[in-house]
Amino acid sequence: MKVALNINGETRTADLEPRKTLLDALREDFGLVGTRAGCEHGVCGACSVLIDGAPARACLLFAVQADGYVITTIEGVAPAPGELNVVQDAFCETHGLQCGYCTPGMILTAHALLARNPHPTRHDIVQAISGNLCRCTGYGQIVEAIERAAERLRVVNAQEAAGHANEEERG
Amino acid sequence: MSRPSGELKFVSAKRRVREDRRFVAGRGRYVADIALDNMLHVAVVPSRYPAARIVSIDASAALAMPGVAYVLTGDRLANAVDPLLNGLDTPNVKRYPLAVGQARYVGEWVAAVVADTRALAEDACEKVVVEYEPLPFVIDTEQALDPSSPPVHPEHGSNVLLDKTFVWGEVERDFAESPRQLTFRVVWGRSSTVPIETFGVAAKWDPWGEILDVWASIQMPKYPDQIARALRIPANSVRVHHDVDVGGSYGVKRGIKQTVLTAHLARTLDRPVRLIEDRLDNMRAGDAHGPERIFDVEVAFNDEGIVRSVKMRALDNVGAYAGRSPFQLGKPIGAIVGPYQIKSVQYRAQAVTSNKAAQEAVRGFGQAPTNYAIETAIDKVARAVGLDRIEVRRRNFIRKEQFPYLIPSGTQYDSGDYHTVLAKVLAHADYDGLKREQAELRARGLLAGIGIAACLEPSGGNSSFEPLLNEKNTTTTWMDSCRIHVDALGFVTVTIHTTSSGQGHETLAATVVGEVLEVDPDHIRVVRPDSLASLPSNSPVGSRMAIMLGGACFHAAHKLKDKLVRIGAKQLGRPENEVAYARGAVTAGGATLSWTDLITIAHRNFHLLPEGMEPGLETMHVEQVPTGSKLPENGRVQMYPCHSFEFHLILIAVDPLTGKPEIPRYVIGHDCGTVINPHIVRGMTLGGIAHGIGAALLEEFVYDGEGQMLTQSFMDYLLPSAHEVPKVEIVHHCTPSPFTVLGQKGSGESGYLGSPAAISGAINDAVAPLGISFSKLPIRIAEISDAIAGAAVSRAEEQR
Amino acid sequence: MKSAPFDYARPESLAEACAMLAADEDARAIAGGQSLIPMMAMRLARPTKLVDIYRLPELHGIGSDEDSVTIGAATRQVEAEHSPTVHGLLPLLAKALPWVGHPPTRNRGTVGGSLANADPAAEIPLVAVALGAKIDVTNLNGVTTYDADDFFIGPMLTALAPGDCLSAVRFPRWRRACVGSAFHEVSARRSDFAFVAAAAQVALDPEGRIAGAALGIGGLGDRPVHVDTTALGGERPQQLLIGEVVRAGTHEIEAMSDLQASASYRQRVAVGLGTRALLDACVDAVGRDAEARRRGLA
Repeated sequence: MKVALNINGETRTADLEPRKTLLDALREDFGLVGTRAGCEHGVCGACSVLIDGAPARACLLFAVQADGYVITTIEGVAPAPGELNVVQDAFCETHGLQCGYCTPGMILTAHALLARNPHPTRHDIVQAISGNLCRCTGYGQIVEAIERAAERLRVVNAQEAAGHANEEERG
Repeated sequence: MSRPSGELKFVSAKRRVREDRRFVAGRGRYVADIALDNMLHVAVVPSRYPAARIVSIDASAALAMPGVAYVLTGDRLANAVDPLLNGLDTPNVKRYPLAVGQARYVGEWVAAVVADTRALAEDACEKVVVEYEPLPFVIDTEQALDPSSPPVHPEHGSNVLLDKTFVWGEVERDFAESPRQLTFRVVWGRSSTVPIETFGVAAKWDPWGEILDVWASIQMPKYPDQIARALRIPANSVRVHHDVDVGGSYGVKRGIKQTVLTAHLARTLDRPVRLIEDRLDNMRAGDAHGPERIFDVEVAFNDEGIVRSVKMRALDNVGAYAGRSPFQLGKPIGAIVGPYQIKSVQYRAQAVTSNKAAQEAVRGFGQAPTNYAIETAIDKVARAVGLDRIEVRRRNFIRKEQFPYLIPSGTQYDSGDYHTVLAKVLAHADYDGLKREQAELRARGLLAGIGIAACLEPSGGNSSFEPLLNEKNTTTTWMDSCRIHVDALGFVTVTIHTTSSGQGHETLAATVVGEVLEVDPDHIRVVRPDSLASLPSNSPVGSRMAIMLGGACFHAAHKLKDKLVRIGAKQLGRPENEVAYARGAVTAGGATLSWTDLITIAHRNFHLLPEGMEPGLETMHVEQVPTGSKLPENGRVQMYPCHSFEFHLILIAVDPLTGKPEIPRYVIGHDCGTVINPHIVRGMTLGGIAHGIGAALLEEFVYDGEGQMLTQSFMDYLLPSAHEVPKVEIVHHCTPSPFTVLGQKGSGESGYLGSPAAISGAINDAVAPLGISFSKLPIRIAEISDAIAGAAVSRAEEQR
Repeated sequence: MKSAPFDYARPESLAEACAMLAADEDARAIAGGQSLIPMMAMRLARPTKLVDIYRLPELHGIGSDEDSVTIGAATRQVEAEHSPTVHGLLPLLAKALPWVGHPPTRNRGTVGGSLANADPAAEIPLVAVALGAKIDVTNLNGVTTYDADDFFIGPMLTALAPGDCLSAVRFPRWRRACVGSAFHEVSARRSDFAFVAAAAQVALDPEGRIAGAALGIGGLGDRPVHVDTTALGGERPQQLLIGEVVRAGTHEIEAMSDLQASASYRQRVAVGLGTRALLDACVDAVGRDAEARRRGLA
């Protein structure tokens, strides 16, 4: 079956068996290997991607079902090659990872959380990442990374808002 | 070559972990990302029976399917490869990548199908017809020990792989002279590290170059050698690529059977072949389960709670094949008395086979179960003499001034200050406040308990348990290496010679080399040549890399610095001991040669080099394990060189109706000597605790009475999520090791080695008022509730 | 872990979907797929054809009238979780939804999918049974409505026949003044299927006596069960009495037993959590009533 998917802002096409999951299609047909296979039955969250901005399991969705959505993978979050976004940078700052295998899913999940909730409590963060298993870190430095990213985003957004206000005054 | 004097610049600084950058970008390179041209994929046919003779395998229907290239059976494979290595001297326990003649556990790989895609290979697996003749089997550990049980390997004669008793010190006298004794049994359930990435391997054979290229999710000492032996090819025909990121291991990523199978297929088919276990393959037959151990313990002590002697019998169910797993009964001998001044020990180590999946090395290599037994003993002694559990530990701890301290089994502990760590933890946690909190929880109708564990993490990864348990094995080194190259423009490149699975070895190497050379580690590149271009390494096992890779880097960097000093001394016309090295430059009497000057001489001005010095600028060092140079004598041996210490203090609240435990407070004191990167050590400790929570409360590979496995997926085998892991407070202490270059010790197993003991202790403290206790891990929620309800019933009956 | 091959179709209408399902008895409807796809990955489910009903407009949306709240079968769980209608008119469901799977599976999983999957421990079927919801099933012959209690037959077993498509669920509204609800669950991990779950809704009369009570227990038997609480009518909320009623209503149910939890555990905890849920629902009713009055005064 022919599919045309909107992935990281680009339309990607492929001819796929219906049984191919979005996970396998991303990895094998679109070269986006940052999305990882962990359990292939929807428990571990290593294959998390964003579908219309919300985290979902790429192993629990056949690629033929995925047209018409805005799909974001880990390859789609960095602002430019070699640069990190705020969440990615915060994970580096607190060392919110070890082996890196669950990390793309974790970062996308965090990204989605912060997009809809700029003031997450520890409980909100734990709830948000509870569907992403990490075997290395015990989650402590991941929670800290997300707290740190939230703080920074608030500062950046406040500055931007202030900048806007100034521009409007000048205008 | 002394420790750096003065202040450390990079070591112990909270610097970022360099590996993180590629991982957060999704740019890690794991084995499943390696797609070779023209590559084929493998799926496997699992055994449906715990024990069965394989009467016939009909692959014709599978072979007729589109896209199917090949079906391999065990018989055919056994003609082409040698059996995989056994750790013990048990030549009749033969293990091949596929079942040969007989299947020995449910899920065991009976045949392998190779096809254009994994999906097609799975389709074809369903069409492979295997005729079985079911055989008697044994699942239970103690039944396996019974001589009348069906032997898993009939040629071996029984299920006993190992039964060895050690007596260190005057055990019988100490028991006879001790006024009090107690005995108990605890059981460590079969769990494992279960990384989120399964095992995977890709192999390619070049028949003209006669070379096998291997990419694998591997963490194993002597991996290329084992591949070569099994395939009967020269070791220098095996090229393992170390630039593959490993998605978690914690011990278990040792897929030798997977590798030999895949490599054999690649050679047979003359095409690249890849095998990525799926979760079902991995859980039931990745051969990566952990220890499953019964401890029978006798303790001799006095009314003051001083423990004088211990008799411990450890009986481990290693599953259907031997591998290295029985050695996990040997490693804990190096810390068999824990942090305590116990005078004598009798230790009986028994390993039996059963019709379960094979075991592999798990984080701590048997130490976490042993620590659980030791800490349970100390809790029971405290209860017996009516003393606070912390006080009993205090009384039995080895004192700071006693180090280095020789324990009865022959290991010398390097250093420690257990009393201080304990005091710091009590102060931080406000122990009295914690007890008040416990009382408040109880007043609210919950059960509440405090858990304590004081444990050692032997580190440095020597392999002395091999000769100790197998006299034919004479291994006395377990080296690791580093090479440093400074190029003609002055840039530093460090090579390390193993894969990593999240431990941050590139950061470690850059930090140590940067420290010695006084060069910013961020400007140092760290690379991993393939195995043919590598120096010896024994991979990151046994909490060893800070010590061993750190040591190798330190010495290689010093050799480099010495070269620079010699070059400088010659140009400045001074004896070497009169020139000073600082930040890459060499100075004497007011004259300075810069880094660039020195590099230029080394690379371009042979006429200026000291006599006998090779041109270019390169050094290497192969590090021998500190303290580990002797074979065992009389059952005694120096096991690992360093001993990190951890002290857990936790509060658990249990809902008496549901049995669900919550951990409102978790404090751990941790002393691993000099910390090289604080982020990494912290992550190891937090991750280890989470892993221990799993082992204590959630995780177990369970087989039913028919030998079928009940926990094949992540829906049944329960890894802790963020909900189940509490916020953990770490209290640091640093007692440097006298045996290592920077005073560092290992920390790769920290947290995990004590948290199961602490959690068990806390739950048992919580339910103690009810007169019940739990002696098997994991302690499941429903079991807690059932026991509480049972206690209520018996109390009611008593009252009647 | 790859699914066996199948055909895929995405019909334009519910009628077309029903025709497709009727034409092939091994075809299956797929919506969010959060339970079906893992079963397919393990090859425990092997449909010949997937009929994708996820985007059918007829199956979407949350609406309400005087008597009930209707949720289209393909409405995502996360939409229901955040729906003001559900929060306002169906607080019991709102309390249960955060226990369904975990956030990423709720983003894609549907309300109807959970009902059709009929896991004995699942939360949405439990609330449906507790409140006596009606379940609409559409096929080529039209719409059949089932009482939730009749819809669930056994573990992963429902009244759905080949060719059927679950199209909507209608939860009754309680239009009394003082209504409260509570949801309790125990599982190994927060996101796992419940060992036992209890969903309760209570209405109190102006004197604080129980005017109506509904209790459902999940995870206990082979399907969610509705516990008879008529004996509580007219009584004051009181732990001992409630406990007895819950015990009486559950003790004859044959409890499931598995690796994680024994049958006796499930029996005992069903009584305990059921009691807790009813009591907490009473407390909730009082609280909501006070809140309503306060608002009324303001």
